[in-house]
Amino acid sequence: MARVRVKAFDHEDYHYDEGTAPVVHFENVGVRYGMGPEVLRDLTFSIEPNSFQFLTGPSGAGKTTLLRLILMSVKPTRGLISLFGEDVSRISKDELTGLRRRMGVVFQDFRLLDHLTTYENVALPLRAQGKEEASYRAEVVELLRWVGLGDRMHMLPPVLSGGEKQRAAIARALIVRPDLLLADEPTGNVDPSLARRLLRLFIELNRLGTSVVIATHDFSLMDQLDVRRLVLGDGQLHIDE
Amino acid sequence: MSAPPQPRLRKAAASDGQKRPLPASLSRNAPLVPVDSAGGQALAAVIAILTFLAALCAGGAELVAASSAQWRSEIAREVTIQIRPNAQRSIDQDVERAVALARQAPGVEQAQAFSKEESERLLEPWLGTGLDFNDLPVPRLIVIKIRQDAKPDFNPLRQSLQRDVPGATLDDHALWVSRLSTMANTIIGVGVFLVTLVLIAAALAVIFATRGAMASNREVVDVLHFVGANDDFIAREFQRRFFRLGLRGAAIGAGAALILTLALGFVTRSLRASPTGDQIEALFGAFTISWSGYAVVILIALFVALTTGIVSRLTVRRFLNENG
Repeated sequence: MARVRVKAFDHEDYHYDEGTAPVVHFENVGVRYGMGPEVLRDLTFSIEPNSFQFLTGPSGAGKTTLLRLILMSVKPTRGLISLFGEDVSRISKDELTGLRRRMGVVFQDFRLLDHLTTYENVALPLRAQGKEEASYRAEVVELLRWVGLGDRMHMLPPVLSGGEKQRAAIARALIVRPDLLLADEPTGNVDPSLARRLLRLFIELNRLGTSVVIATHDFSLMDQLDVRRLVLGDGQLHIDE
Repeated sequence: MSAPPQPRLRKAAASDGQKRPLPASLSRNAPLVPVDSAGGQALAAVIAILTFLAALCAGGAELVAASSAQWRSEIAREVTIQIRPNAQRSIDQDVERAVALARQAPGVEQAQAFSKEESERLLEPWLGTGLDFNDLPVPRLIVIKIRQDAKPDFNPLRQSLQRDVPGATLDDHALWVSRLSTMANTIIGVGVFLVTLVLIAAALAVIFATRGAMASNREVVDVLHFVGANDDFIAREFQRRFFRLGLRGAAIGAGAALILTLALGFVTRSLRASPTGDQIEALFGAFTISWSGYAVVILIALFVALTTGIVSRLTVRRFLNENG
């Protein structure tokens, strides 16, 4: 498997048009927690619009940390991160919210709100954007039915199975039609047949213009698709094109 | 961004055989921040107690203000002329002259002289009965009633009395009115101060509760941020939650205070014919607060609920700014 380092940019000259800018660009990014060693170092890569990639590596390699960097819930200790052509170190909180609204995220532990029904959880991103329920009700129900949760929409997450929670989390990420989808082990709790179905959903979403990053260490899942792999190991990133 | 995979979704949904008309709303409009936690109930109880105390303070101050206004109005409508006995003068003639002068004064509705017997009877509570008052220089009193809404200047009458009735003094009770006014204003000031303290205590309780709620709902806040909620949206959600809690607590506290006031009013009315009731009524009037008193209690409840909501919102904004 060929390992390719993506060419580094000179960030002083780094300027993109909105239409051509990578969705995500990392340049010499490093992260450490507290005074410990760097858990991720010298990360330099881009995620292009309408691209599909797996993010893989052994457990504890830093896949989730990398996704959190993209989500801007962890700040890098060095380096440059830009999202949709904007340097995130210089953006305001409102701009940060605007960028997050262009992303959908599926957490490894789902992070559904236990006091909201499945329907309300999936509709949450739209509610957070201040939209009226009448404007999205049919769309949410349709998506819930598609992921097989049509008869679970009024249930609270604690009574859902692991696979159902997974699908609800995926539906919540997809409902805003994101430009970038980040999924952390999205098939970790489902059977192989449902995993294939979910993968087809991600592929379909990618065909419609969404850049997709799936963090997984499930080789059987990755082997179903010949796409770029971002491989994390020893805190560094290697890219298999 | 391109359209979502709608056609496929529709097809899949139809194939599930689940296509049916949707109800008007599928959302319960549930608060995004859990409401019925033990902390929330405790905060509602604290707000209820503080509102009860604030309402009692305000109601008490209003009661004193109303009673004081009634006392002052009664005292201010009455002026007394006192004529001390003088061996060289006929006190009865002096009384008649003073009554005549008083009746000529503007704003006077009635001037009534106390007879010798009536004046002596006034002293009985202090000196006892069976005493021969002929040996005592008992002064005579003339009570002057002032017309409603009239504010006469008694200086001309005072000068006329000095000139024509030596030994007569006119007391317009200004000193008592002033003292009553000062006392009532002090009590009202203390009441306002206590209400302010209670409101500050309520605000502090809300700040602590909000920070606790933020800490215990950290994961909810994180999820809201990740799905694109801004700080203002999150702060509004907390404000909504705490406003409801505050309104519930304040309604219970203010309701209890109003019920207590009504109950006390009922008790004093039932005791009205008894000596105890007379004493209570002499001190507090009928022990009922006016409509403005009820309005003040309701306003305090609303103010507490609003303070709860606004303080929680500001606390959340500050917490989010401090903690990203």
